[in-house]
Amino acid sequence: MQDVENIVNGQKLFLKPEYKEVLNNKKEFEGNMGSVNPAKVDEIAEWTKSWEYREKNLSREAITVNPAKACQPLGAIMAGLGFEDTMPYVHGSHGCVAYFRSYFTRHFKEPTPCVSDSMSESAAVFGGLSNMKDGLRNCNAMYKPKMIAVSTTCMAEVIGDDLNAFVIGAKEDAEGELDNTLITHAHTPSFVGSHITGYDNMMKSILEQLSPEKSEQVLDEERINIIPGFEPYLGSLAEIKEISKLFSDKIVMIGDHEEQWNTGAGEYKLYAGGTKLDDAKTAINAKATISLQKYSTTQTAKTIKVKWKQEYAACNPIGLAGTDEFIMKLSELTGKDVPEEISVQRAQLVDAMQDSYPYMHGKKFAIYGDPDFLLGLVSFIVEMGGIPTHVLCHNAPKKGWEDDMKKIISKSSWASECQIWAGKDLWHLRSLLFTEPVDFLIGNVYGKELYRDTGIPLIRIGFPIFDRHHLHRYSISGYKGALNLLTWITNAILDQLDEETKEIGKTDYFFDCVR
Amino acid sequence: MVAGTLEDLQKEAIEEILKVYPEKARQNREKHLGVDSPEGVKGACDKTKSNKQTVPGVMSQRGCAYAGSKGVVWGPVKDMIHISHGPIGCGQYSRAGRRNYYIGTTGIDTFVTMNFSTDFSEKDIVFGGDKKLKKALEEIDELFPLNNGISIQSECPIGLIGDDIHAVAKKHKNESSKPTIAVSCEGFRGVSQSLGHHIANDMIRDEIMPDASARKDFESTPYDVAIIGDYNIGGDAWSSRILLEEMGLRVIAQWSGDATYKELAIAPKAKLNLLHCYRSMNYISRHMEQEFGIPWIEYNFFGPSKTTESLRRIAACFDDTIKAKTEAVIEKYTKMTDAVVAKYRPKLEGKKVMLYVGGLRPRHVIGAYEDLGMEVVGTGYEFGHGDDYKRTKEEISRSTLIYDDVNEYELEQFVKMLKPDLVASGVKEKYVFQKMGLPFRQMHSWDYSGPYHGYDAFAIFAKDMDLALNSPVWTHTKAPWAKTEIGA
Repeated sequence: MQDVENIVNGQKLFLKPEYKEVLNNKKEFEGNMGSVNPAKVDEIAEWTKSWEYREKNLSREAITVNPAKACQPLGAIMAGLGFEDTMPYVHGSHGCVAYFRSYFTRHFKEPTPCVSDSMSESAAVFGGLSNMKDGLRNCNAMYKPKMIAVSTTCMAEVIGDDLNAFVIGAKEDAEGELDNTLITHAHTPSFVGSHITGYDNMMKSILEQLSPEKSEQVLDEERINIIPGFEPYLGSLAEIKEISKLFSDKIVMIGDHEEQWNTGAGEYKLYAGGTKLDDAKTAINAKATISLQKYSTTQTAKTIKVKWKQEYAACNPIGLAGTDEFIMKLSELTGKDVPEEISVQRAQLVDAMQDSYPYMHGKKFAIYGDPDFLLGLVSFIVEMGGIPTHVLCHNAPKKGWEDDMKKIISKSSWASECQIWAGKDLWHLRSLLFTEPVDFLIGNVYGKELYRDTGIPLIRIGFPIFDRHHLHRYSISGYKGALNLLTWITNAILDQLDEETKEIGKTDYFFDCVR
Repeated sequence: MVAGTLEDLQKEAIEEILKVYPEKARQNREKHLGVDSPEGVKGACDKTKSNKQTVPGVMSQRGCAYAGSKGVVWGPVKDMIHISHGPIGCGQYSRAGRRNYYIGTTGIDTFVTMNFSTDFSEKDIVFGGDKKLKKALEEIDELFPLNNGISIQSECPIGLIGDDIHAVAKKHKNESSKPTIAVSCEGFRGVSQSLGHHIANDMIRDEIMPDASARKDFESTPYDVAIIGDYNIGGDAWSSRILLEEMGLRVIAQWSGDATYKELAIAPKAKLNLLHCYRSMNYISRHMEQEFGIPWIEYNFFGPSKTTESLRRIAACFDDTIKAKTEAVIEKYTKMTDAVVAKYRPKLEGKKVMLYVGGLRPRHVIGAYEDLGMEVVGTGYEFGHGDDYKRTKEEISRSTLIYDDVNEYELEQFVKMLKPDLVASGVKEKYVFQKMGLPFRQMHSWDYSGPYHGYDAFAIFAKDMDLALNSPVWTHTKAPWAKTEIGA
């Protein structure tokens, strides 16, 4: 029973003897093998660690177990929230939207605005036009957005709703109420690609639909656009903007969702920050656009290159080399020398890398996440002398990504020991970690179960992270972002070293106060 | 503003809020909002429209049928593998978020926090996914040999592309001789997660209840009961179970938090079904009553008043030995809960609370707040039906704002006008209100604490509410140089 002077929650309550007894007695009625025959559980658990199991596991064709990717509309919502006073609107059933909002909110610890038009059985039969007619008007009346960014769920896609026609129809029927609201729309079927595909589709649609005709394009020689991609690190967006400012005032981030998920206490704002719609409309006039996530913007890139005939570059400013490339690109495009402040930041980063290198050097890492994130992180691991033993990308693009990754890995002295796993999930990774172990695992919250099962420490870098606070506020981009990566990884290695050397009188001779 | 009664304020708030809507939406929402009080008849608890289509274009907090079936009813069954059948998202967004606690070796003999998906591609939509599903079932049996069954939880496309998952399940069941259960809980069905609960219940009825194999050698006692509709969030069912066992009953099944297939199958051996979440499992309770003659009663284990009342009501179904033991249990724990009330009530007395949750909580938790001297001034259901609202009437203690399927706009406005001291709702709402400087507790996940069911859990509930309301962090919002008040 609770001691009122020391009330404990479930963590310790269920360790009290009376509860242990209750849980033990429950086994009598249970049918799981752990209650029926615990030895069998141990036997199978051991078997799942074997090479034999690994082979069977890696030859799976139909079932995905513990994925490391999500579906398109999630990315479309992030893209939409990157624009001023924009309400993401999902054409489909509202259950999806409840999921998207919860998912982002658990990661950012911030509200996530997004509506749906609540399609259900009747819409499945008759199509979702009437939902959209009512939905756009209601959304507009209640949330007063400047722009509504419409994406779709798989339900709307399967029944074949035509967004373009629906939006036109809804506007015509709205008695003028929607005349002053921009409505952009993108098809985002969840059975194609992943969340980064949805980001791409929505970004492309917003840019195309807000831009004037090609014939009205007026080149602005000084204007440069930067598209961040599906970036869960808000600090990265801030840092990219800071760096850009050092070069020019006319570098504009297109899809800037930083403030939306980083508002202060005192007042709830439905919308915060975001790219000004006027800036989005004039994106077509820029001299060049830089994407910071090549594989989250492949379709958007086509629009920029082919339709707009604008210069396009993909940079990945994560780690030293990636940031160098980005800085040089900005210098080239603006025609300005690299500002002294940036040279200082670079020197400080390299200095820190040289201070800490012995700890990452020769350490084996398994890492998983989105394609562009991995290109940056693996590059940084290689720069530090670490070994990216397993690089797993569940949503790896079919074209180009593996080659890009191979190029990065080829710079490592241990290149032959590194393996790239495209299209594999985290249950595959479990087998890889048991059969070819590593020292550290880098990834999102779902790596937690791999840590529990294998004992390999998890360094939380990625998306989503639900069980640690505020990491998303930091930057992982630019030289300062690389310094954060260096700090997190090095200190995780040192924490583990302390963990392994803390046993009194046995290993603690190595439990040093100076590392 | 001239201070009117609470009821006046609540009615004004509704009028004010409805002004934002275009006419069609206003007419709809009007029927879902009202005020009721313990006195009188035909108040909002009788009249409020519920279980209807959500108005399109609003930020509803509702989920879908898949969420009701996979997320609520089936997902916690620990020794079965639940496939999210269709595209990748649904399973990912619903992975390991509900805190359905269980004991087991995850990935080997239990699987609750994992995500199994058939990860549909365009090809599967065009050519159908039945073959892929069959292969998936076979792969699961090979790689997870200790699973005690598989359920197939349909996502939206399945019902639209003409797949026959029930035939696939039947075939696999025959071949593998393990339970294989297809559930047509596509997210577009119905208006909320509620229909998903019902569909999930129906599949338990059709596929598990007829399985008498587990019941064959079961040795009954006169004191066998089953807990129905407790999802063991933060361990709720465990802190309930201990009380039932102490009063001399034998809990033979726990549905479905920390449940095994066997517990689902032996439940018809119970002498009495104890139903906590009426909304999500009344269907199967009624079925067991009709088919197996098992009576069921509802109970409420939130807060000591309701827990004590419920224990006595349960004991009344049994003999005097049980009744006597129950009184002893009540006496034993009441000393502790009295001390909890003595410790926390002075710090919480008179604080106003607004609730917006799902299932049983919009009415069941009122008593727990009132035990602490806190006053619930507004409550509503995400996916309740008329019978939920009728039952709410018995729980309210003062004029109470009733809002059905309230959307974010409405809830925000209600809070601004009614100015409660605490909002208790879900994660999507949490940070909206915290930014306004208001203490908030998630009442779906117990805000990563709990359990909240039973006497021991009440101590945690009280401590958590005190922590939320009396934390120093709320005093920092206004900067020392700021001229305006927060929320002004």
